[in-house]
Amino acid sequence: MAETTIPHTALRPPGLRGVAADWSSDQRAFKNVSWGKAMMWIFLLSDTFIFGCFLLSYMTARMSTRVAWPNTSEVFSLHVGGVSVPLLLIAIMTFVLISSSGTMVLAVNYGYRRERLKAVGFLLLTALLGATFVSMQAFEWSKLIAEGVRPWGNPFGADQFGASFFLITGFHGTHVSIGVLFLLIVARKVWRGDYDVGRRGFFTSRKGNYDSVEVMGLYWHFVDLVWVFIFAFFYLW
Amino acid sequence: MTEATIDGHGAAQATQAAVQSDDHQQHPLKVYLVVWAWLFVLSACSYLVDYAGLQGYLRWTLILIFMMLKAGLIVAVFMHMAWERLALTYAIILPPVAVLVFTLIMAIEADHTLLTRLTFFGAGP
Repeated sequence: MAETTIPHTALRPPGLRGVAADWSSDQRAFKNVSWGKAMMWIFLLSDTFIFGCFLLSYMTARMSTRVAWPNTSEVFSLHVGGVSVPLLLIAIMTFVLISSSGTMVLAVNYGYRRERLKAVGFLLLTALLGATFVSMQAFEWSKLIAEGVRPWGNPFGADQFGASFFLITGFHGTHVSIGVLFLLIVARKVWRGDYDVGRRGFFTSRKGNYDSVEVMGLYWHFVDLVWVFIFAFFYLW
Repeated sequence: MTEATIDGHGAAQATQAAVQSDDHQQHPLKVYLVVWAWLFVLSACSYLVDYAGLQGYLRWTLILIFMMLKAGLIVAVFMHMAWERLALTYAIILPPVAVLVFTLIMAIEADHTLLTRLTFFGAGP
């Protein structure tokens, strides 16, 4: 990817003039980011539209039903020592995912500093936190299914609740799972020193460098970002 | 673990990282750690909105404020958008405005659907 990166020179104007100059220039609009990073951002933009449409279809269903929407504060509460704590599991999941975002950012940083072992350590920690998140989600799904929540109905209120819940959290959980898989692949590459020697990737045949860790980070932070919106709109609203 | 990272490396690495290359995003660890702490605080705040049982417009406003602050911090600092050239920033940040327009259209549509349902089927069970 490095070979496609044009150094960002002082000649390039800043601000809005820079936007016009970059976009109207020859060959490429994104001057100082690698090919992989630009493509990841565009992929994330498309993913934004997908999750955006899921959330707004949930909004449409919830706004247009005559039946009361289930009280998520009660539906997702856990009983700890005989006391019902609202949204406890979801709060823990939120903290786990934010922790994983922090460890990811450290992994990217240590990668660029060529501190391989620390980068690997933080990548594996991120993957572990991601896996923890998915397991907790599996627990949450099992609990709700046991309580009779189905995509076509549930005992707590409006029928559309189940369909929205399983679609939105399921799609997000899939993203987390895929992220964990790729974190392990990137961790292995950093561990082997692939990005130090520029070993070519098995899929793209491009020379690897530490940019890949940052691109992996972009995906991971996006997964956290989507959860911020799901947490606000689905669980808290 | 986080403490160990700060204590163990501290200032020396922070200044080293401050020498920023144009080709990749490298910033002082302190920026990330501060943002990380804020994300925890803001998450705790949005959880407390539910725990305290706030309702109505106050609840919705607080949820939206904490959500936007968290999303902004993640995109700007963790995803490095604050340091990218504007050509990339605008290309990624502006298109989602279309989703907001779509949301507005569907909110009007949903309102109309509810109105017709109430008119023809009466209030909900």
